Amino acid sequence: MPDNDRGVTPSVDTSLASTLESVDNAEETVLRVAQGVGIDEEELHKVGMAVREAMVNAVVHGNRYNENKKVRLVVSLEPDRLTVRIADQGEGFDMSSLPDPLAEENLLRQSGRGILLIRAFVDRFDVRRIEPTGTEVTLIKYLSRGG
Amino acid sequence: MSVKLSTRQVGDVTVIDAAGRITLGEGSSTFRDTIRDLTNKGHRKILLNLGEVSYIDSSGIGELVSAFTTVTNQGGSLKLLNLTKRVRDLLQITKLYTVFEVHDDEALAVRSFS
Repeated sequence: MPDNDRGVTPSVDTSLASTLESVDNAEETVLRVAQGVGIDEEELHKVGMAVREAMVNAVVHGNRYNENKKVRLVVSLEPDRLTVRIADQGEGFDMSSLPDPLAEENLLRQSGRGILLIRAFVDRFDVRRIEPTGTEVTLIKYLSRGG
Repeated sequence: MSVKLSTRQVGDVTVIDAAGRITLGEGSSTFRDTIRDLTNKGHRKILLNLGEVSYIDSSGIGELVSAFTTVTNQGGSLKLLNLTKRVRDLLQITKLYTVFEVHDDEALAVRSFS
């Protein structure tokens, strides 16, 4: 089935359990798709890490490990970009309410750095609410194949 | 591979050699338990050697911060040794490079505690 708005047939479209194993699986799946498209090893590592952070958010904060809730992972490869969409079935969150992890008073907090890292490691990061319930994040890494 | 931690004493400094992954789940809990165990036993000078750590995620970073505050709050100090480029980059992105004292030479690092 074509991906939503760009008419691209995804390389992967799968439903994952709300477990930490799924986090590993999603990272490995995306890296498998992304290998051989001209992303160097360090950049691949960063993409994998961004996927890991987004999956952790979906499994832990979105679905709260609920075995009745799934995480949908969609990976699409186009000549100029790798797109990863991760959707949970949680109650959603307000991005503007998240504390700034770089603020002096938050530097020693134990958590809250996941989205900062995602933004640092991919070229584009979007978040949207989905109906009836859940959050979908989109991670895009632009490709420069052939230099 | 999850994280593997081994500890050794160099004078009054406890060196933790870490290898593998410090990520959400087993890796981060192993790390947390080791730090708690050391502080409970009175170790106050801790040098964390991350030279063989291949992967740290935000949860792992959180554990580093937690370890730092735990040791500091008990009057001790925790310093980092042998950061890989990946870990160094992470600490810079998260601004934690300014929080941790980081060393590249173990002998100098050990001496810095006295």
